[in-house]
Amino acid sequence: MSDIAVPVAPRDAALRRRRRRLVRAGLLAACLTYLALLLVAPLIGVAWTALEPGWGVVRGTFSHPDVLHAFYLTAIITAITVVVTGFFGVVVAWVLVRQRFLGRGLLNALVDTPFALSPVTVGLACVLLFGRGGWFHEFFAARGIQIVFALPSMVLVTIFIAIPFVIREVQPVLEEIGTEEEDASRTLGASVTQTFFRVTLPNIRWGLLYGVALSTARSMGEIGAVFIVSGLIMGRTETAPLYIWRALEERQTASAYVVALTLAAVSIVILAAIEWFKHKRIREDEA
Amino acid sequence: MSEPIRVEDLTKRFGDFEAVRDVTFTAEAGSITGLLGPSGSGKSTVLRMIAGLETPTAGRIWMGEEEHTHKSVQERRVGFVFQHYALFRHMTVEQNVAFGLVVRKMPKPEQLGRVDELLELVQLGPFRDRYPDQLSGGQRQRVALARALAPRPGVLLLDEPFGALDARVRQELRRWLDELHREIGVTSLLVTHDQDEVLELANKVVVMHEGRVEQVGTPNEIYNEPATAFVAGFVGSANILHGHMVGGHVQFGEHRVAVSDRLEEGTAARAYVRPHDVLVLANGREGGIAEATVERITMLGWLSRVTLQLDGGEVLTAEVPNDELEGVNLGSRVRVEMRRARAFRASDAAAPAEGMGQERAAGDLPAVTE
Repeated sequence: MSDIAVPVAPRDAALRRRRRRLVRAGLLAACLTYLALLLVAPLIGVAWTALEPGWGVVRGTFSHPDVLHAFYLTAIITAITVVVTGFFGVVVAWVLVRQRFLGRGLLNALVDTPFALSPVTVGLACVLLFGRGGWFHEFFAARGIQIVFALPSMVLVTIFIAIPFVIREVQPVLEEIGTEEEDASRTLGASVTQTFFRVTLPNIRWGLLYGVALSTARSMGEIGAVFIVSGLIMGRTETAPLYIWRALEERQTASAYVVALTLAAVSIVILAAIEWFKHKRIREDEA
Repeated sequence: MSEPIRVEDLTKRFGDFEAVRDVTFTAEAGSITGLLGPSGSGKSTVLRMIAGLETPTAGRIWMGEEEHTHKSVQERRVGFVFQHYALFRHMTVEQNVAFGLVVRKMPKPEQLGRVDELLELVQLGPFRDRYPDQLSGGQRQRVALARALAPRPGVLLLDEPFGALDARVRQELRRWLDELHREIGVTSLLVTHDQDEVLELANKVVVMHEGRVEQVGTPNEIYNEPATAFVAGFVGSANILHGHMVGGHVQFGEHRVAVSDRLEEGTAARAYVRPHDVLVLANGREGGIAEATVERITMLGWLSRVTLQLDGGEVLTAEVPNDELEGVNLGSRVRVEMRRARAFRASDAAAPAEGMGQERAAGDLPAVTE
């Protein structure tokens, strides 16, 4: 472009403005259509199918003992997973950020393994280790503890899959806050434990909550790995996602959709909570 | 109770890197001792070892009669003030100041009394319910100071406490700290790279360079009787003239300047002359050691900084009261006299620290450090 301003005919300018507006509207429409088709339509579909036959089906589904047990099992697995990944997530994140040791890079890369592996593979590995003829089978069998086709293996694979969420949320926060506040706390006479609970933990609390929320949503929805290790024993090792799968197989479509809708609703509440945490964190950062 | 700090042969290695080497000094009870040096000189590491935040590789640390070398941070009862305040961001001003009392389990009513006392001392009473991010830099550093002093530490360690503040606030806070120290009289160790800060605040200065102590002395001693070339170049500004010793003078090019140091005849040497020790003899006044042309005049209030080119090519900076510069303009020919020059062996002469102006290598021209 030359520096000399070329006068533009008024009609030209108006035309160009109109064209620009059209492009912008087109992009927005494409974006909305894409999201509507992929995200909103399935949700509405599930809701519609679940509620269309009327409240009788909903009531019927929720009074079915298998359904209640499935939700109960999912709740237990999720609760244990969240507590374990929350606790060890903070420990691992702290070690990765604050300690310097040989193999730190490798460990850091290893944390992402659950993202890379197919959950089915995780389930298979678990069966190989704890199932009949597996390395650890004899040890637990001798003590009368059933791992595979029972709650322990289901919790185990879910924990494995949920490992990275808390770590990856807490790590950057720890890095960002640095060690000065912790140093200050120690010079003021606080012990290592006091320093952690009074200074470090409050500083990472939003990151930790965000990680916990993500890990909850993930644990609730997990089906692939759990499918392999559960043995699909009705009313015993059947989680909510597994129940949906079986109900569909048995052409109990309505009740499958009701359970699916319930899971979706809980996930949406959690998602909303995540967003709320995120905004709160951003607001705090900006302040 | 205020206690002296004694440090003996303190050494710290990080892998192959020796950050601190054989550092020995005493900070007298109730006084302010400055640890002065460029960044990377190891002064902050010394401070962190005294606090217990770093473990020394060798050497010993004493506070009063007690050896602290192997004590935990908690047991040392030091107050530490960080450059970037390190306030607890999720606590109010009041909670920050109370922290050291809470973790030491001081009874609640006493806590409140002590916090009130300190907020009064740092004049932040009205801000007690604010969070750190609602305070200015100067206010934050005052909170940090109150927090450090609350548990009545035996010593106060200040790590570049004014480093993150702008010039005006820095000066205010410096004056305020001086008054505060007169009031409470706690043994203080002030780490800084800012010579004005130590000259104004400290009773005693430890100058550090590359992990070692270059000189320990009063501000007057380190300024007027620098023990090493590094100190001469780092504390205050100096013109550096490269030459060799000839009969009690440093001969540089065709000129020579009398020096008080007795070095061996013929040794390669550098003469250090402060800008205010360079005298400009204008309007045909006789005397001086060389003739020069005025290259630049910068007004600095009641005095001016004058850049002079000697006839031999060397460039000097002089700081001269304005009334001595009447009739002196750009390009004026003047005579130049130098007093109180110090000579150091060229081989000892350390390069001035970063941010202090670079020595000009080409043509062995003298450099001015500021």
